[in-house]
Amino acid sequence: MDVLANLGDGFAVAFTLQNLGLALLGCFLGTIMGALPGLGPSNGVAILIPLAFTLGLGPTPSLILLTSVYYGAMYGGRISSILLGIPGDEPAMMTVLDGHPMAKKGMAGEALSLSGIASFVGAFIATWGLILLAPQLVKIALLFGPAEYFALFALAFATLGGVSSTNQAKSAFAAMLGLGLAMIGVDTQTGVPRFTFGEVHLYDGLDFLVAIVGLFALSEVFIFLEHRHGGSDASSRELKVGRLTPPLSMLKACTPTMLRTSVLGFIAGVLPGAGASLGSFISYSMEKRLVDKEGTFGTGDPRGVAAPEAGNNAAAGGALVPMLALGVPGSGTTAVLLAVLLSLNITPGPLLFAQNPDVVWGLIAALFIANIMLLALNIPMVGIFTRVLMVPPRILMPIVAMVSFVGIYGISGSSFDLLIMIGFGVMGWVLRKLDVPLVPIILGTLLGNTMENNLRRAITIDNGDWFTLIDSPLSIALWSIAAIGFIMPLIVGRMVRSKMHERGDEEGSISD
Amino acid sequence: MSDRIFGLFGLALAIFFAWAALQIEESFLSDEVGPKAFPLIIAAILGLSSIFIALKPDAEPEWPSLARLVEILAAVVVMILYAEFLPVVGFVIATAVAAAYLTWRLGSPVLASLLIGVLTSVGIYVIFHLVLGLSLARGPLGF
Repeated sequence: MDVLANLGDGFAVAFTLQNLGLALLGCFLGTIMGALPGLGPSNGVAILIPLAFTLGLGPTPSLILLTSVYYGAMYGGRISSILLGIPGDEPAMMTVLDGHPMAKKGMAGEALSLSGIASFVGAFIATWGLILLAPQLVKIALLFGPAEYFALFALAFATLGGVSSTNQAKSAFAAMLGLGLAMIGVDTQTGVPRFTFGEVHLYDGLDFLVAIVGLFALSEVFIFLEHRHGGSDASSRELKVGRLTPPLSMLKACTPTMLRTSVLGFIAGVLPGAGASLGSFISYSMEKRLVDKEGTFGTGDPRGVAAPEAGNNAAAGGALVPMLALGVPGSGTTAVLLAVLLSLNITPGPLLFAQNPDVVWGLIAALFIANIMLLALNIPMVGIFTRVLMVPPRILMPIVAMVSFVGIYGISGSSFDLLIMIGFGVMGWVLRKLDVPLVPIILGTLLGNTMENNLRRAITIDNGDWFTLIDSPLSIALWSIAAIGFIMPLIVGRMVRSKMHERGDEEGSISD
Repeated sequence: MSDRIFGLFGLALAIFFAWAALQIEESFLSDEVGPKAFPLIIAAILGLSSIFIALKPDAEPEWPSLARLVEILAAVVVMILYAEFLPVVGFVIATAVAAAYLTWRLGSPVLASLLIGVLTSVGIYVIFHLVLGLSLARGPLGF
């Protein structure tokens, strides 16, 4: 078995003291960030990227740290959903529906441990899915030429808004804004400066880390300032957890649910434009239709807790497949992870599996390790994480802001980058107010130059013939999927979105 | 109304972007496409989507009251000052002041905010500089 041998090598990479320590740290920080309302997985990873980078960690250790944060945040989101009825991040929205009623019935401990186990099952199955599916996708990706890659990037942008998007014009605007920002700097092919307006600092282009931290972390601080939301949502009275192990009968009843929704969530994660929020939504609705015969869903049914948690963690793993195999992320957080890879000078895509197998398999092994650590951390130590919910935002948000500044200053040591970051923070706040999605902006700044290079290469190969872009059946297929993906939300988007947001969620939350 | 203004602003941005793209000096050694084509495509789609946003606006977002807006503006000014003064006065002092300001505006009592600011700053300094060895801005006092 080739896969098992590779995986063995991966474990050999991951099993060093430093890497295990980083995984533990990542899991711990990730769970905390996921648990705190207002700090989702993309925020969490974004804040920690500059740190991993300035600490001089190598590619594999940085990736292990940050993917542990990613998985941890997916676990953590459920804690405040269950205890407070406020989703810690968007994918945990559906967990509120049955988790909070369970907590009200005095079964908070059972709900927490059951959802921890469901998260584990979902992430475990998804990691196996990643191992089996990614190499197959790589084989297809090797058939891609520059024209096909250009079409693939277009597809990623067209579907990024997701089927729940209500305003495709705004998604397109955001994508173009990101691409436009990526154009700033010296043109890589001819060496002429573009959009620099004589400012020397801009010749290197904008650092996408600055954009990410500004858009995600600082804009969150502004949102809190706007509402002057400084008090904690939790009071110690509400945080009684109680018994920490679910009864065996409950586990037994939930097992088929967990297995079904893990597979479904994984598929939702792999598909472009879905992501973890949709994964948990589809999982919950399917289970409700399948097993809810007595109408207990929504009143504290354990299966209603297991379904969305298995679904969203599986989707988180699934979203890594297109990111690693094609270099095209399908969700916000994987876009941020792509930024990590790019800043470490690793180009994801089919060649990654051939050229850096240690990175790929080390990462996959780390996912398994992180997953087991998370399960071990989450069941007995859930009490510690619930305490974190009591730290009021008036203390937390300044720390978030200051750590963002430290990270960015640590990379470049220039005040100019800090000013740009503040600019992005303000821009992020305004755009969130206007309901413009931020993820396409990030993806645009990340992929802009690669996308342009592929376009120019494709056309140069064909001596200036622009029709080469739609010359092969593969690229025609990609363009058609892109077109369908862009138009479909106009038809079904409103319906799906209204169902997903039936329970009023926090304004302007960033999708996973 | 917000979306209409936003759309018009986007359109202006697109036109400006297209104009700036046309100003790019072509090198004599260029590929078939050149450095202008892709930015012009971007400008076109940017403009089109802005027109759509202006023509079909979403429901009005809830804008904060003037007082809250001033609050955010003040925070931005503090952050800009922080960025400018960081290399001058050093990390610990600048961060303590900025963190104290932010926590005060988020509702901490005055004295508590000073304490929180100093603790935040020293805490970050200890963890990131002393433990993890990250280089932070050095002021005249050496920290």
